[in-house]
Amino acid sequence: MDRRSPLRLHVPEPTGRPGQHTDFSYLHLSPAGAVRRPQLDTSVQKTGDLCYALVRVLDDDGRAKGPWNPKLSPEVLTVGLRGMIRTRVFDARMLVAQRQKKISFYMQSLGEEAIGCAHAMALDPGDMNFPTYRQQSLLLARDDAPMVEMICQLLSNERDPLKGRQLPVMYSYKKLGFFSISGNLATQFIQAVGWAMASAIKGDTRIASGWIGDGSTAEADFHTALTFAHVYRAPVILNVVNNQWAISSFQAIAGGEGSTFAARGVGCGIASLRVDGNDFLAVYAASRWAAERARRNLGPTLIEWLTYRAGAHSTSDDPTKYRPADDWERFPLGDPIARLKTHLIAIGAWSEAQHEAMQKEVEAEVIAAQKEAERFGSLADGHLFSNSTMFDDVYEDVPDHLRRQRRQLGV
Amino acid sequence: MAQMTMIQALRSAMDVMLDRNPEVVVFGEDVGYFGGVFRCTEGLQAKYGKTRVFDTPISEGGIVGVAVGMGAYGLRPVAEIQFADYFYPASDQLVSEAARLRHRSAGDFTCPITVRMPCGGGIYGGQTHSQSPEALFTHVCGLRTVLPSNPYDAKGLLISAIENDDPVIFLEPKRIYNGPFDGHHDKPVVPWSRHPLGEVPEGYFTVPLESAKIFRPGKDVTVISYGTMVWVAEAAANETGIDAEIIDLRSLWPLDLDAMVESVKKTGRCVIVHEATRTSGFGAELLSLVQEHCFYDLEAPIVRVTGWDTPYPHAQEWAYFPGPERLGEALKRAMEAC
Ligand SMILES: Cc1ncc(C[n+]2csc(CCOP(=O)(O)OP(=O)(O)O)c2C)c(N)n1
Ligand SMILES: [Mg+2]
Repeated sequence: MDRRSPLRLHVPEPTGRPGQHTDFSYLHLSPAGAVRRPQLDTSVQKTGDLCYALVRVLDDDGRAKGPWNPKLSPEVLTVGLRGMIRTRVFDARMLVAQRQKKISFYMQSLGEEAIGCAHAMALDPGDMNFPTYRQQSLLLARDDAPMVEMICQLLSNERDPLKGRQLPVMYSYKKLGFFSISGNLATQFIQAVGWAMASAIKGDTRIASGWIGDGSTAEADFHTALTFAHVYRAPVILNVVNNQWAISSFQAIAGGEGSTFAARGVGCGIASLRVDGNDFLAVYAASRWAAERARRNLGPTLIEWLTYRAGAHSTSDDPTKYRPADDWERFPLGDPIARLKTHLIAIGAWSEAQHEAMQKEVEAEVIAAQKEAERFGSLADGHLFSNSTMFDDVYEDVPDHLRRQRRQLGV
Repeated sequence: MAQMTMIQALRSAMDVMLDRNPEVVVFGEDVGYFGGVFRCTEGLQAKYGKTRVFDTPISEGGIVGVAVGMGAYGLRPVAEIQFADYFYPASDQLVSEAARLRHRSAGDFTCPITVRMPCGGGIYGGQTHSQSPEALFTHVCGLRTVLPSNPYDAKGLLISAIENDDPVIFLEPKRIYNGPFDGHHDKPVVPWSRHPLGEVPEGYFTVPLESAKIFRPGKDVTVISYGTMVWVAEAAANETGIDAEIIDLRSLWPLDLDAMVESVKKTGRCVIVHEATRTSGFGAELLSLVQEHCFYDLEAPIVRVTGWDTPYPHAQEWAYFPGPERLGEALKRAMEAC
């Protein structure tokens, strides 16, 4: 080619737009059970190939295969299944409440439930997640999920633990290992590294788990986090939830084209995995592997969770404008709940009837929580934290100038 | 003339400039195929192609950084930051680079970029979709800061900003994208389609930078404001019966000092209004200018009305927002003082 031919700008495109079928071959999947499981003290370089493969345990028939099978008991698996169903039912009901204008805004995690649920089960009490707005499953997976309070936060009512200060879903639960969510993307990824460094400085045993979306990995804070985590061998898990979309932009716009987000980790000197995020068993096994490494001072692990954002970005978004409507149905990694259910049935530990009963039970649980929460009002009916509370917590105490302003407001 | 919302007027400005000038490029998060989360760039990629209107990675530092590089090459980038609340990762590129490139290279390189960002509250957006960070920009020498209050000005000013050879921060009060919101959140807003200032020429025209507008002539007291707050000030004037002269600055910095001074000299009283937090807000600069230039004409202390010095709340939004009632009291205070 003539070296003086005109240069051209490459702007990536998804393989499907509205009215088309997405060609999902870009995902480069591995068969279940095919990917090796390195020793915990593996060298970083030896995880290089794992960044382009895909750790999977469950095959299409619901059989668990290969070295990553965590061999969990059916009892533990049904706890995980309940967490996922709880998350899905919770999301569905809160979406309706948003449409009914009881809630000002909502973000669902449809299709991504396995990631937070299995991850939460793989961590220990005292560990700290630094979640994004789409990791409600980290909370809802728990038996002690603070569902009524969570709904009060969504309703911004007089029992909202955040006093009406934050948008719905921006929870904060220190006691449950759930750091306060910021609306600014990626900022918390590096904070997770700092928290982990603190645990190491103090000689404690706690680890941190940072969360970020595929789109947000473009922010400088993502790259900074990898560098700090590597330099100080911080006891942290660095989770990239690759759900293929960042509002309307496809993961290639974040740099996923011809590469993977897991590969970023190895480039920075961090052991890294690319994992089927819709496979409960794979998520649990990989989370455990990374947590064990962190706890044994073997350093950070980056995990790219491959999944699909099945719903709209938020209640302000309309995905039919930028992607095929049937994408999720055609997404080759399927539905995490259906896959774990099929597995449980295949091993003879579950039945359709039990599943239906669990679904009903959880629905009743969420409905009851919502009823209870609604007793304390909502943004719509004005049962809020009083206006004077706006001036609290800006500083430890209320300085003079804020007292003056509070008086001026007449509260 | 066509009837346009502010969104349509901004889109029309970019459309006109993409058409007139092959050096104009438009980009930002969700800006290309989808047309922006507020739809300001809808249809532009289909019309001008992917190399002139495109999506970027989620990196505000990256967006402004490449804009500086493109501008140095000779393009006229128009970059969108999805919300003003998210410009902070771009601070270094704006403050240390864009603003000073001309000065530090003694004019060898320039930075003809426009950075658009929706600002302001009133949409229940909470602390990360409501901020008014204009003072952070006006504090930086080398940046121009512009903030329109209606579709006509929005289009004319955006064209001027794109044509200007300095870096321009173009703030768009999102609460008035669809109609002039006067602070009465319990009443419907008249859409721009039925408002005289929604009448916008379809083709090329400019509203000059550094020129304020007398938004409402009056004789009792001068209100200096910009963006959404000029509408709130107008409501307050009408409701109190105080004949306020409202100056819409349009360009915050550099600004039209003469327009302010002339008005204050005439009325002898001055109220300064913005939605942003109070302390070290842009109102403090405006107040200093008025006191420096009009001290001997003032008949009363200058009054400031602003947002409180707290993060923008989600649920208590209307207690935070300086609405017509708070402005009305300020007008009365300015009138009562000797
Ligand atoms: C610094 C910053 N820039 C832009 C935004 C606006 N924004 C909110 S969510 C989002 C997309 C994020 O996508 P991704 O990281 O893939 O997470 P997902 O929503 O898919 O879970 C954008 C651009 C923001 N919140 N913060
Ligand atoms: Mg995403």
